[in-house]
Amino acid sequence: MAYSKKVIDHYQNPRNVGSLDKSAPTVGTGVVGAPECGDVMKLQIQVEGDRIVDAKFKTFGCGSAIASSSLATEWIKGKTLDEALAIQNTQIVEELSLPPVKIHCSVLAEDAIKAAVHDYKTKQALEAKS
Amino acid sequence: MKLPIYMDYQATTPCDPRVVEAMLPYFSESFGNAASRNHRYGWEAEAAVEQARERIAALIGAHPKEIVFTSGSTESINLALKGAAQMYAEKGRHIVTCQSEHKAVLDVAKHLEMQGFEVTYLQPDTTGRVSAEAVAAALRPDTILVALMWANNEVGTLNPVREIGELCHAKGVLFFTDATQAAGKIPVDVEADHVDMACLSGHKLYGPKGIGILYVRRKNPRVRLVAQMDGGGHERGMRSGTLNVPSIVGLGKACELARLELPEESARTAALRDHLERRIFGELDFVYLNGNREHRLPNNLNVSFAYVEGESLIMGFADVAVSSGSACTSASLEPSHVLRAMAVGEDLAHSSIRFGIGRSTTREEVDFAATQVIAAVKRLRELSPLYEMALEGIDPKTVNWQAHH
Ligand SMILES: Cc1ncc(COP(=O)(O)O)c(C=O)c1O
Repeated sequence: MAYSKKVIDHYQNPRNVGSLDKSAPTVGTGVVGAPECGDVMKLQIQVEGDRIVDAKFKTFGCGSAIASSSLATEWIKGKTLDEALAIQNTQIVEELSLPPVKIHCSVLAEDAIKAAVHDYKTKQALEAKS
Repeated sequence: MKLPIYMDYQATTPCDPRVVEAMLPYFSESFGNAASRNHRYGWEAEAAVEQARERIAALIGAHPKEIVFTSGSTESINLALKGAAQMYAEKGRHIVTCQSEHKAVLDVAKHLEMQGFEVTYLQPDTTGRVSAEAVAAALRPDTILVALMWANNEVGTLNPVREIGELCHAKGVLFFTDATQAAGKIPVDVEADHVDMACLSGHKLYGPKGIGILYVRRKNPRVRLVAQMDGGGHERGMRSGTLNVPSIVGLGKACELARLELPEESARTAALRDHLERRIFGELDFVYLNGNREHRLPNNLNVSFAYVEGESLIMGFADVAVSSGSACTSASLEPSHVLRAMAVGEDLAHSSIRFGIGRSTTREEVDFAATQVIAAVKRLRELSPLYEMALEGIDPKTVNWQAHH
């Protein structure tokens, strides 16, 4: 299977690899997928106000999964939470020219963004209560 | 060193130049039909075919008359299993095989099930091996055929063929073994090993593609088959069709070379395989051997690199041509059925890579491959959330994953 230039670029030079402190109240963590399905994405956001000031990822998965999550962190950095939530997997498919068998990778990346934002919001709600 | 380095010798092998040379005269000079009895063109072709038959028979300890030419192992498997099932259906309708067989065997078995045969699919042990005891326990009064491979194409595990053969002969059950990966790599002797039918394929032992044989025992017992290809009655009526003389000559030459060079070649490939294995296991943590350390092909190494997905790993060493048991690399969505049958977890099945050592593989190539693989695994583990968890002491297996598909 041939990969698009952009997938190869993200695979070889992944952006924003790493981890943020998942216990920090300003960090939201999303972990999606499952090892037995062949892909797991962990995407984390650092939020100030309602803006994402930093994003990190780690992905177990094929080249397209790595590229999708790398691209996702690039896109959400600097965006508000609502703007990040508006990102759709189809935009990732288009940007990376993913073939049909790899569309699930982009779905996973979209889910990871949503999961990270959800985690952040849940944490904030808990903080507000206590 | 020519890049990418070919290390997928279980998928196919290049034609040995000596094989190509032996074949060349049979395309345009000695082009006769081996079935033409009335002139020299035919006689020449026939003589070449008979010489090839002898060379092939010599490799597996058979009599030349027991060799039936086919288009390859897939066809041989079809002929053996369907041909025997149809011939002996009156005697019984039960067949024993194994979950980790090649798809060619499993698909033919499914086909026979639809025609009213009953098939027992034995589960191999975690190293991919089926014991003679497990076969014995599966035999029934109506069992007519046991089909178990000599060597597995993914993990290289060898079955105890001789014990299974003895058992089958004692019980009066026919024994077919798929020797596609074994022939030319390890000693194969259909007499000593009590094999009734066996297949091999040219392109797995440095011969041409599209040619293979089925060995069909002539006595003790005499095996009879219902032909699956009707026509001129070639090959003792078991496989009609004008013989593919150049390819047959090539297969004969390939088998002769394999027989003469086997002791040296198996020792050499095993040494290189062991070197590759030592480097991988010495320089990486969380790596697992898939297969059987004791009973295995000399040229095969199948390893799971935990916490790294196979396809991304292969992408990471583009200069080495290998295969992965991960689903992402193949058309299906399921990871390797062989690793599943061996109860290797699906996560580790997704992380598996098969390395093959071939006739022309050098130590330099093996070292290059090892260095590339090790570097790629390390780099991808930096990216892997599962490796991070493992280092934190969390076993990813204990996590309740929200699976999507
Ligand atoms: C064990 C085994 N059996 C059967 C086959 C099919 O062989 P052929 O390509 O000659 O049809 C292969 C090759 O893929 C194999 O490895």
